[in-house]
Amino acid sequence: MITETQIAQFDSIQLDGGMTLAPVDVAYETYGELNEAKTNAILVLHAFSGDAHAAGIDKESGNIGWWDNMIGPGKGFDTDKYFVICTNCLSGCRGSSGPSSINPETGCPYAMSFPPVTIRDMVRLQKKLIDHLGIKKLLSVSGGSMGAMQAMQWAVSYPDAVASAIPIAGTSRHSPQQIAFNEVGRQAIMADPDWNEGNYYGHRPPARGLAVARMVGHITYMSDASMREKFGRRLRDQNQFEVESYLRYRGSQFVDRFDANSYLYITKAMDYFDLTSEVNTLSEAFENVKSRFLVISFTSDWLYPSYQSLEVVRALRSRNCDVAYCELPSTYGHDAFLVTVADQAELVRGFLASTIRERT
Amino acid sequence: MSKAFVPELLGRSDYAIISRLIDPNTKVLDLGCGTGELLAWLATHKHVDARGVEIDGPKAQQAIARGVSVFHSDLENALADLPDQTFDYIILSQTLQETREPLKVLREMLRVGRRAVVAFPNFGHWRVRLAHLFTGGAPQTKLFPYEWYDSPNIHFLTVHDFESLVEKEHWTVERRIFLQGPRTVNLLPNLLAEVAVFLFRK
Repeated sequence: MITETQIAQFDSIQLDGGMTLAPVDVAYETYGELNEAKTNAILVLHAFSGDAHAAGIDKESGNIGWWDNMIGPGKGFDTDKYFVICTNCLSGCRGSSGPSSINPETGCPYAMSFPPVTIRDMVRLQKKLIDHLGIKKLLSVSGGSMGAMQAMQWAVSYPDAVASAIPIAGTSRHSPQQIAFNEVGRQAIMADPDWNEGNYYGHRPPARGLAVARMVGHITYMSDASMREKFGRRLRDQNQFEVESYLRYRGSQFVDRFDANSYLYITKAMDYFDLTSEVNTLSEAFENVKSRFLVISFTSDWLYPSYQSLEVVRALRSRNCDVAYCELPSTYGHDAFLVTVADQAELVRGFLASTIRERT
Repeated sequence: MSKAFVPELLGRSDYAIISRLIDPNTKVLDLGCGTGELLAWLATHKHVDARGVEIDGPKAQQAIARGVSVFHSDLENALADLPDQTFDYIILSQTLQETREPLKVLREMLRVGRRAVVAFPNFGHWRVRLAHLFTGGAPQTKLFPYEWYDSPNIHFLTVHDFESLVEKEHWTVERRIFLQGPRTVNLLPNLLAEVAVFLFRK
């Protein structure tokens, strides 16, 4: 499956912070065919560093999509049956409007003058695209990590536009530990002199800071067990362990594809995400939710531990919502939803099929 | 009689009986639903809104893959989340004897559900009594096949015990069905029933 990222542009978007962004771009890809009634559309939502290229092989770069093991003919999100859409999030750097986009008023990149963005703003932009595609109700919204936050926000913000939601390895709000790790990443970037208050476009980007931020991130995505299995105490050469070499490699690789300012904006959006911010309890936050839920967590995920998924499940059950929940065994830590997908795909397949059965 | 009746549903006589007790188009919660086969059957044949709770991960997984909304959890916690009177039936099949606090579970079932359906193996069955009498050890029978050290059963009860509890709690039994294999028995249930099924309410 050869794929190509497309861009849709809208006149403007009103943001939670009160500001308006005009115009606004959203990068997206689609897989499979939208049926005539437009009832088989599924929106998949990427995690922090992902992009619109969720499946297939990119026409230009030859890169494989970040959830290619879950999306395709016969896979969990079966493109023989479903029309799958993936967008790059607002404030990202892979085609959607973000700090590296050109501000039409100045002709220069926004940099830190890009307005602050929330998870709800990201979802609001996705809704514009879904409307633009003529889809009234999504069969499902699904994603892991930050994608799970967006899936939940979809069900809360647009209860009539989603038949089901599949948040995986997510949370209704970040714990202090999660905020702390994000802050280390942000400080690494801002401590790099090349960051220059965000004005590095056309100059040398804060590559060292961004790489360190990514290294911290990668540690949190793995588990003690998966790191022992993958690296042990093996030495790469006399001066460095295998694990050090791996982290440096992933850090330097990240610099080529990710914008440091987007890192700041997106992690802030995740940290401020809190479904209970305008209500007293999580249960109250789900008051108007109409969609079914499949919530998945993983045993070795210590960054988004199962208790956070369980909080969501409990709140949904207290509202008597239709919710399925399973904690899947895995040693891969938070990365599990991207890596060990066989069980996850089985759950998704059965859940989507029953969502269709229920609708008819 | 609806055509949903099957003499031995999915190889389990308690399922067959339970499926007969459940009215169509109702809301059903099955506690300890295993791989969700009873719920899937009820959803297909009786069009019930079917939900389950299962503590065993692989079984919960299979149930969800089958399309049944199952909560992977222990059932004590699972009931606590739910508002009052949200289900028409709460089913507890062959699990009561495995719960830590059976009475608490039963009371919770009647808080969350309008009716409770409980099926349990009868520890008063004559084979159990004989096994105990003759071996002098913890009884082992077809229904209680375990060694004392690997048995999931932690609270043994008889038909008689359950009837006493019903009386003490002032519950109303709507149906009581006693099974010996796939057949029902009406005489001397405490001695002859292998499995007892009670449909009751507050």
